[in-house]
This record gives sequence, structure tokens and C-alpha cells, in this order.
Amino acid sequence: MFGKLTLDAIPYHEPIVMVTLAAVLLGGLATLAALTKFRLWGYLWKEWFTSVDHKKIGIMYIIVALVMLLRGFADAIMMRLQQAMAAGESAGYLPPHHFDQVFTAHGVIMIFFVAMPFITGLMNLVVPLQIGARDVAYPFLNSLSFWLFVSGVVLVMMSLFIGDFAATGWLAYPPLSGLKYSPTVGVDYYIWSLQLSGLGTTLSGINFIVTIMKMRAPGMTMMKMPVFTWTALVTNILIVAAFPILTVTLALLTADRYLDTHFFTNELGGNAMMYVNMIWIWGHPEVYILILPCFGAYSEIVATFSKKPLFGYKSMVYATSCIGVLSFVVWLHHFFTMGSGASVNAFFGITTMIISVPTGAKLFNWLFTMYRGRVDFNVPMLWTVGFMVTFVIGGVTGVLMAVPGADFVLHNSVFLIAHFHNVIIGGVVFGVFAAINYWFPKAFGFRLNEFWGKASFWCWLVGFYLAFMPLYVLGLKGMTRRMNHYANPDWQPYLIVAALGAAVIALGIFCTLVQFYVSIRDRKKLTDPSGDPWGGRTLEWAISSPAPFYNFAIVPQIRELDQFWEDKQNGVAYVQPAKYEAIHMPRNTGVGVVMGAFGTVLGFALVWHIWWLAAVGLLGMIGAFIARAYDNDIDYWVPAEEVEKIERSRHAQLKQFQTTQVAPVAAPSRQKVA
Amino acid sequence: MSSPAVSASHGALDDVLHGGGVDGHHHDGHHDDGSKTLLGFWIYLMSDCLIFSGLFATFAVLANATAGGPTGKELFELPYVLGETMLLLVSSVTFGMAMLNMHAGQKGKVLAWLAVTFVFGAGFIGMEVYEFAKLIHEGAGPDRSAFLSSYFTLVGTHGLHVTCGLIWLVVMMDMIRRYGLNDATRRRLSCLSLFWHFLDIVWICVFTFVYLRGAI
Amino acid sequence: MSGAHHSHDAAHHDAAHADHGSAKSYLVGFALSVLLTLASFGVVMSGMVPHELMMPGIVLFGVAQLVVQLVCFLHMGTSPSQRSNLAIMLFTLLILAIVVVGSLWVLHNMNVNMMHPTSQMVPVE
Repeated sequence: MFGKLTLDAIPYHEPIVMVTLAAVLLGGLATLAALTKFRLWGYLWKEWFTSVDHKKIGIMYIIVALVMLLRGFADAIMMRLQQAMAAGESAGYLPPHHFDQVFTAHGVIMIFFVAMPFITGLMNLVVPLQIGARDVAYPFLNSLSFWLFVSGVVLVMMSLFIGDFAATGWLAYPPLSGLKYSPTVGVDYYIWSLQLSGLGTTLSGINFIVTIMKMRAPGMTMMKMPVFTWTALVTNILIVAAFPILTVTLALLTADRYLDTHFFTNELGGNAMMYVNMIWIWGHPEVYILILPCFGAYSEIVATFSKKPLFGYKSMVYATSCIGVLSFVVWLHHFFTMGSGASVNAFFGITTMIISVPTGAKLFNWLFTMYRGRVDFNVPMLWTVGFMVTFVIGGVTGVLMAVPGADFVLHNSVFLIAHFHNVIIGGVVFGVFAAINYWFPKAFGFRLNEFWGKASFWCWLVGFYLAFMPLYVLGLKGMTRRMNHYANPDWQPYLIVAALGAAVIALGIFCTLVQFYVSIRDRKKLTDPSGDPWGGRTLEWAISSPAPFYNFAIVPQIRELDQFWEDKQNGVAYVQPAKYEAIHMPRNTGVGVVMGAFGTVLGFALVWHIWWLAAVGLLGMIGAFIARAYDNDIDYWVPAEEVEKIERSRHAQLKQFQTTQVAPVAAPSRQKVA
Repeated sequence: MSSPAVSASHGALDDVLHGGGVDGHHHDGHHDDGSKTLLGFWIYLMSDCLIFSGLFATFAVLANATAGGPTGKELFELPYVLGETMLLLVSSVTFGMAMLNMHAGQKGKVLAWLAVTFVFGAGFIGMEVYEFAKLIHEGAGPDRSAFLSSYFTLVGTHGLHVTCGLIWLVVMMDMIRRYGLNDATRRRLSCLSLFWHFLDIVWICVFTFVYLRGAI
Repeated sequence: MSGAHHSHDAAHHDAAHADHGSAKSYLVGFALSVLLTLASFGVVMSGMVPHELMMPGIVLFGVAQLVVQLVCFLHMGTSPSQRSNLAIMLFTLLILAIVVVGSLWVLHNMNVNMMHPTSQMVPVE
């Protein structure tokens, strides 16, 4: 009846897990009670959960990502603490099987459930606004993608309290992840949560490619697209090209575990190296899927706060495209040491060195954009400059490991850990925080507090260097990754410094939370009446903050790269049109939520081998999708009068704002020129 | 459909990128003029194609890993495979006939050709299921060797796609019966047509690289 | 879904044949596909083709049939309306080639380096 699921699946004997469970249950109950007390369920359901508005979906992605950041970071703190303690005689406080789950969960969560939703959320929020579109190409599919991602999140969180999680490392290499060596449900949770959220990611990749190719404002040719949109386009092409390979790889592992096949087993002809090969064919493009949109965000931020057009727009576009293609021919550098010959290693070593060239070109573009600009060092810009310094170090250590000979020494050492945290934190996390600070006013209508933003930045920057520079040293001294305990007492001081660094980063995360709280409290003071708080260059700053649900009352005509900037220069940025037209919009739908819920049921049932429940989940998903196809009432028209009413109040607010300001709208940020 | 220029060309794969933003789709941003859907569906097919590329790569790497079990040469019956191939090929053409009738607005003939397509598609699946059952009965199931694992997974994934296509066919026939040939049903039938032809193309690779190469 | 659509339906029908093929293109495609399928199977089953020519033969006929079906059934071409579809497909083929050829190369190289010579793990080609 319940497959492998019994009451023993709940880890009563693990005090850490049980305390967490109690905290989660209490917190969850308190949240539910508060929602009920303030009668927010209807509001959440109508305005958020069933929304097909790309801006709201983007915001929901980012909120879930922030929550999961806390979970993933809790794992990080536990690991740092364990390694700071477990030298010589001391065994630390985490038993090995728990430690193994912690580092696996940390990697999986940070990549799939923090970094991915952050960038998907940003693309959702920004891309349609930048290209002058009213939504994405398939609004319902967008909602479905989000809810599939959420069902993946739910499965990962469930694994903490019911059963266990994979103890295999974040890529679950076989034969360790095969049934023989991982007989519990941990790897199954891993597989199904990634398959569900991966399906969502592929769908949103298709959605954004079509949005960018087909829904740009009239006159916006490819070479007049904002850089962030360009990077989003390349990222989504990479998603659609790479994620199918992940799907196949995980499906074959699933077959090994469920259907007794022999793809990656040690017997009957299986070849575990094929898994490693395939997962990295996906894995390396994935790295660029994460970093490219951040490069795009930095480009927008540097140009805005240097008050200059981006230096080398074309070279930026070509560099992004080159990285896109090259990212598919470097995968073997992740396993130089696993038996390839000189010719193969040399080929992939050289391609890896080549791929650093376009990234280097981008760095010079940002520097030249800042050069002789009047640079505002506010929060988004601080993150950007911090990135430029930090990322170069990470890039250089990466090129170092691209030399196969050097990699034989450094492979799977904590030097590698330091390297990829250097590029992911220094590149992706800094980029996401820069972007959140930059685009927050567009989403909510008020800016984020500067003081707490700066405090967060400095904590992250200092904390990062404290946490990871010691790991470079330890890697060179020979410490390997994923160690639950080590005998060499010389390493302990470095690991204590690293743990302190993690504590400083924790302070940075705390500052971010305070920043949100303080900003919401002071939202009247921080309000953005113009819709253009930074003196922006691209279309999203032409409309009010927060953006109206239809984005653009009148679809803009594009003649220049930075059309909005040009319009401001020519004094035609805020001309009120004589007449408005009715706008065609998609209707909200709960089908995405329903399919996500059935997806969770399906995943949970498959994890525990509850076949009847799996059938319910699968049929539910298919049935809901077909039912949606029969629904003809999926769109509506916003009458011209309603559009006019909204736009009129916007223009009234603008006029009031302009009369209270000395200079034109772009002025506020000019007052404190560096 | 904002402009006749867009909707005029409505072929299986046409009207992609009518100048993106150059013409005026934007007057009703959400209105699916068919070209957006077809482009999106084409991109989906390409991602599906890459799923098959992963399976073909796995099959190629493991093709000789028979672990002392039966080889393709001993197992595959080429005349039978030729029969399957012909069924699928005929179903591809009958779908084409349904599409021609769709463009001519002949609802009844569309339904009739789709029914014929369904019969041939179901025949293909029937033959494949029989073939699999026979192999498993002979002890040459997917658990016998890495070669057989990859064979069953590759061919089975194709079969699963055809099965999904059959379910979709039934749904489309019901929709056309209810709603007639309107924009939505035409658009969806065009997508299904792409899907069906795409599966035939994948099958060419399957019979060439799995069955014929295995029998050499 | 406004009423404006119906006026376009007529437009579809007029411009239709140029873009989505005709009965003739489907029948030509079908005939060629049947011939090429028989040729492929014939190469292996007839016993008249020398062994070393079999693989090139079936690959040649297979690729020919792929092209036939892409042109006759999917109406791929280089017309402006088709160009981006074609570009997307060519990019997909590039990735496909990287995945298949790359995997074979990498795994073959590893097997040569790491496996015992008597192992059966040698991949094809």
C-alpha cells in the first residue's frame, strides 16, 4: 500500500534533524495561522499563485530562491563547523553519513534551487520589460514552469524529514549512486526533484527564446537589444540545448535503480564513466547558464552608474555568443584525471583556456565603461566592482586548473572548491544581489535601503575572502574535498579561519534580511515616483514603478540601442499619448498550481515506490494539462478607459515629481557624483 | 494574428521570425498568431532531438558491451523491422493528407485521415510491444547486458513518444469534432504534425544505427 | 480571439500551397522514402554488398532519407520564412554531433587507456 514508506523513515534518532523539523513545523504553523488570521489566502491565490504575470512569477522565483539560500547556507555553516572541529582526535559533531548528505544537499540546493531560480526570476522580471513586451510568449507555461520548480523544492525539503537525501555529492556519480551502494531513497529524492524542476527549466528556456525572438518592440533589431536580454537569450539557448542531456543522464540512472538495467553498474557491461561524461556535457554549459545573465546585469549596472553607453556593445554580444558555443566543448576538464589520454586532455585543456578569452574581453569592456565616467558607488555598483576583482581571481585559478598536469595535483582538492565558489559567489551571487538592488524599485515601487545594502556587501566580500582563501592554501597542501575528518592538525587553523569567514557571510545574509525589513518599513521615504530612480538607459525605466500589469500602455518604437536614454535627452521620454487602446491580456489560471501539486505527488510516490499514487500523480498532471487545452476562456481585453485611467494617474504623479525636483528625472543619482 | 502577412504562410514550419519586432505583432501581445506557437514547438522538438542524441550516444558507447549475452546480430529480425518502418512511414504520409485537408478546410476528411494515421501508429506500437515481449521472454531483456539496456531504452523512448502522439491524436480528433477547424485546433494540429514527422525522422536513425548496424 | 481572424482564413488558403506542400510533395516524399528504406535494408539483407561497404551504404541511404523527409514532409528550406528554423536545426545538429562524437571519442580513449585488453567494453567506431 505505501511501498517502502514506513514510520521508520522519519529520522527520530537524529537530534539535529528533529530540532530542525520542530522549528520548521512551528514556523510553518505560525505562517499558516498568520495567513489565515489576516485573511490572505484569497489574495495570495488570486493575485500570486494563479498569476501568469511574468513580473509576479519572477518575484515568486526570487522569494523561493532567498528561502532556499537560507537552507543551503545552513548546510554550509554545518560543514564549516564540522571541518573546523574534526581534526586529529576529535570526530566533530556530524556523523559521516549525515555529513555526506549535508554536502550533497548544499551543492544541489545552491545550484538548482538558489542560483537557477534567482536567474530565472530575474529574466522573468526584466526581459519582457526590456524588449517592450506585455508578457512572455506562453504565460501559462511560465506559471507551470514555476510550479514544477516548486514541486522540486518541496521534494528536497521533504527528504530532510522523511527518509534521507543522497549522500553522493551533488552530481551523484555512479556506481556510488547506484542501487548497490545507495540502497536508501536519498538518490531517488535527488533524481525526482531534479527531473521535475529540470522540466520546468527547459520549458521556461523555450518560453524565453520565443519571447525574445518574436515579441520585441517594433524597430528593436537583434543588435539593438539591451545586453541583459542578449545574455538571457544565449542562456536560454544553452538551457534548451543542455538540460535534455541532464534529463537523459538522470533517466538512465533511474532505469538502473528502478528497472534493473546496466548503464552505469559495475557488472554486465555497464560503464560508470559514461555517466560522468554525460553529466558534464550538461554541467559545463550549466555554469555559463548561471553566469551569463549576471554578466548582463553587471553590464546594465556599469553603464547606468557610469552614465555612459556600455563600452563595446558589439564585442559584448559576440563574446556572449562565443561563450555559448564554446561552453559545449570543454566538459572533459572536470575529469582530466579519470583516464583520458594525452590527446583528449590536451584538446579540452586548450578549449578551456580559449573560453576564458571572451570573458576577459568582457572585463575590459566594463573597465572601459567606467573609465572617465562619473561613477556612482551605490549598492549595485559596489557589488559590481566587488565582482570584477573577485571574479578575476576565480577565473585565473580556473585557467590554472585547465592545465591537465596541474589538474592532476589539484583535482578534487579544496583548491577546486575555492575556485568554483570564487566564480559562483563572486560572479553569480554578487550579480544576483547587484541585480536585486538595481531592479527592486521596478518590481515594488521603492528603493532598497542603502546603508544595510552596503553593510551586506562588505560582510559578503570580507567573509568570502576569509572563507575561501584558506581553502586555496589547503588545496595546495593536499587537502581533498568532502572530508568529514582529517588527521593533519596543521590544517585546522586554516579551517577555523574559513569557518569565521562563513560566519561573516552569515552576517551579510542577515544584513540583507534587515535591508528588506527596513526598506519595507521606510517604503514611503524610499519611494520611486518617476519610475527611473537611477537615470536608466533601457525601456524598463520608461514606465512607472511598480510596472503596471500590462507593462506598456503604448508599445514603444525603437530606433536606438538606448532608446529611453535618447528620448530623455531629446525631452520626449514622457509624452502622454492622445489616445489609448484596449489591451489584450492572458487570464490567471490555477492549472499550473494543480499540475505542480500532482508533480509533487508523482515524485514522492516514485521515491517511495507507491505505484498507485504515482499513477494518480501522473494521470493528474496529464489530465489537468488536457483540461487546460479544452478551456477556451484564457484571455480578456483591458478596456481603453481603464488603461487611460491608470496612465493618467501615472502622468499626474510624474508631473508632481518633476515640479518638486530642480533637474530632470535622471537627477537624483547625479547629485552625489564621485 | 495581427497582420495577414503573418498568417498567410501557415505551413508546418513556416512563418518563424517574421522580423521579430519589425512588424506589428505587438498590438495584441498575447494573441498567439500561430507563428509563436510553431516556433516554440520547433524549439521543443529540437530539445527532444537532443534527448535522443544522449540515448544514441549511450547506445553507441555500449553497443558492444553484451557481457556474454546475445548480440544484435542474433536478436534482430530485419524483415519484421522493415514492417514496422513501413507502418510508420505510411502513417507519416496519411498525416500529411490530414494536413492538406486541414488547409482546405475539410473537417470530415481531416478526421478520417487522422483515424487512418492512428491505426497505422497503433499498429507500429503493437508490433514494437510484441517484439519487446518476445525478447524479454527469450531472456534478452534490458537487465541482461548494458547493450540490451541501451537498446530497450532508446527504442522504448521512441515508442513512448509515438504513444504520446497517439494520445494527442485522440484528443485532437475530439477537439476538431467539437470545435471544428478554428485557429486553435489548426495551430495544435500543425504542432502534432511536426511531432509526428519528427518521430518518423528519429526512426530512420533508429533502424539505421540500431537494427541495420547491429545486423552487419 | 477577435472576429478579425476569420478574414485571414481566406488568406491562409490562398497562400497555402506554396508553404505547406501539396499532395504531390507528400507522395514524392513517400515514394523516395520507401525506395531509400528498401535500399538501406537491401544493403544489409541482400548479401550482395561487400561487408566493408555496408556501413557507409546504410549511413548514406539513411542521411538521404532524412533530407527527403525534412524537405517533403517538414517543408524545410532556405526561404526567408524558414531560415531561422533551419538555423535552429543546424545548431541542434552541431550540439548533437558534439554529444555523440565527443562521447565516443572520450569513452574510447578511456577504454584504451584504462581497460584490460580482453574486456568487452570497446565501443564501436
